[in-house]
Amino acid sequence: MHAVDGVSFDILNGETLGLVGESGSGKSTTGYCILQLMRPNSGSVRFEGVELTELKGESLRRMRRRMQIVFQDPYSSLDPRMTVGNIVAEPLIVHSVSNRKERRARVRELLDTVGFDPSFTNRYPHEFSGGQRQRIGIARALALSPDLIVCDEPVSALDVSIQAQILNLLKDLQDQFGLTYLFIAHDLSVVRTMSDRIAVMNDGKIVEIGDAQYVYSHPREEYTRALLKAVPIPDPRKMKERKQERRQLQKSLADG
Amino acid sequence: MAALEVRDLQTHFFTREGVVRAVDGVSFSVDRGQTLGIVGESGCGKSVTALSIMGLIPKPPAKIVGGEVQWEGRELTTLSERQLEDVRGHEIAMIFQDPMTSLNPTLTIGTQIKETLRRHLDISKDAARKRAIELLDEVGIPKPESRLDDYPHRLSGGMRQRAMIAIAISCNPELLIADEPTTALDVTVQAQVLDLLEELQASHEMAMILITHDMGVIAESADDVVVMYAGQIVEQAPVQELFDHPEHPYTEALLGALPQIDDASGRNQRLTAIRGRPPDLIDPPKACRFAARCPHASSGDSCATHMPELREIRPGHFVRSQHPASERAGKRVEVTA
Repeated sequence: MHAVDGVSFDILNGETLGLVGESGSGKSTTGYCILQLMRPNSGSVRFEGVELTELKGESLRRMRRRMQIVFQDPYSSLDPRMTVGNIVAEPLIVHSVSNRKERRARVRELLDTVGFDPSFTNRYPHEFSGGQRQRIGIARALALSPDLIVCDEPVSALDVSIQAQILNLLKDLQDQFGLTYLFIAHDLSVVRTMSDRIAVMNDGKIVEIGDAQYVYSHPREEYTRALLKAVPIPDPRKMKERKQERRQLQKSLADG
Repeated sequence: MAALEVRDLQTHFFTREGVVRAVDGVSFSVDRGQTLGIVGESGCGKSVTALSIMGLIPKPPAKIVGGEVQWEGRELTTLSERQLEDVRGHEIAMIFQDPMTSLNPTLTIGTQIKETLRRHLDISKDAARKRAIELLDEVGIPKPESRLDDYPHRLSGGMRQRAMIAIAISCNPELLIADEPTTALDVTVQAQVLDLLEELQASHEMAMILITHDMGVIAESADDVVVMYAGQIVEQAPVQELFDHPEHPYTEALLGALPQIDDASGRNQRLTAIRGRPPDLIDPPKACRFAARCPHASSGDSCATHMPELREIRPGHFVRSQHPASERAGKRVEVTA
């Protein structure tokens, strides 16, 4: 079973590469392989010229400080038995970057940065809503001042109004800290508002990659076109036209 | 008279923490051939409204404490469980978000369709089998004869949802309630399932209630729209009117919070986030329930102390707000199309 098969792309410093695809397309697996949370069977992942797939032990640990992840589900990705403060401090402890006093100050600063009230550090994750939990997850990801953050469906479990808060926050943090994002999502509208460039995945392969504006306005591949036409847009008039175009496209995909 | 009329429906949950007013005075009607979209975020009461109509709310802790559900002139809230069973699946059918939890994993697709047919119609085993094949074919499941003997786990998410739709329409219901029918599906499959529902509605002349959190799905499939917030209807209008002239600050904010796929500004789009969260529905404020998050309300307003009525601001367009867009001269929040 090849979940990801011969995928090649690069991410430039300070940009957001959006990775879109339907379930099972291999987009999350690609993200995990970049972070070496999963080891690819073959191929190469380079981070600032360093080959990550060959790294082990301490040198890999050192590299991991610079690459973090924000997960989809803020309910299952935060340890329910740890306080908010300890969750955010954990990366600092694991990588022993500061003493206790510095850590406490750093945790408060991080929570403040992501718009989470720092006076709640002694509370537990279950006391907070999905949006607030995702802020905790983002603060944890920022703790070691990483260069790259893989955002794996960071807003798909959230309501629209909360989703907007988190997307705006992620953009602000990128501007503030010069972060590079690999932004993985199934929602093409969300990816559009976040990405400089976009890669479209299907069946473990990248079918199209390019400037976001261009991929959305001039999709080259039939698959990308079908995907874009399937997205419901909040405009009943435009929806009528899209339905027509969509049915024709589906027909030609089925025939071809 | 409309096929379904819901009047001042109140469904409360009696919990240890207190009485949760999950649905708090909801009224609407649906006609055959018409799709009513109910849109709102988690906890707004849209699903509890649907379950209340179907008599499927968990009792206890939930209870319908007030209001009427008139179906073809009959009051449903006072029917016995036995009488309700005759209505459910026959006259009114429902499909859910996750077909994996609403289909029985230990029975084949065919058995589940035949079961529904034979429960409600006087029909022989052979005829039921024949009808089941026709139904699977009608909902676009390829090779229906061989699918009949498959268990739900053998089907993909989209095919499972189609199988559930086949069961739902098996007895030609007059009303179909679809609760987030496409939320668990990929976009291309979602588009197909919405198309299918639309076709079926037309061919069976059903009334449909489509419950969703997705304004895109509403734009695609609804004729009329009800926007719910914190257990109440805050806005109600025909679909085009609602998107052209949203009146309630919450509806405006919901539309502003949506990322636009066809917005040329792409990455530079700034989404309007709604500050704060919905109120607790145990002892909710006597004021307008959106007041604390409303960008137009100030503390001196009457909506800070009194609940605004749902009023008709234009023919067929209802809004529950002291600060609807058309009464805010020069302060209109721009909502991008």
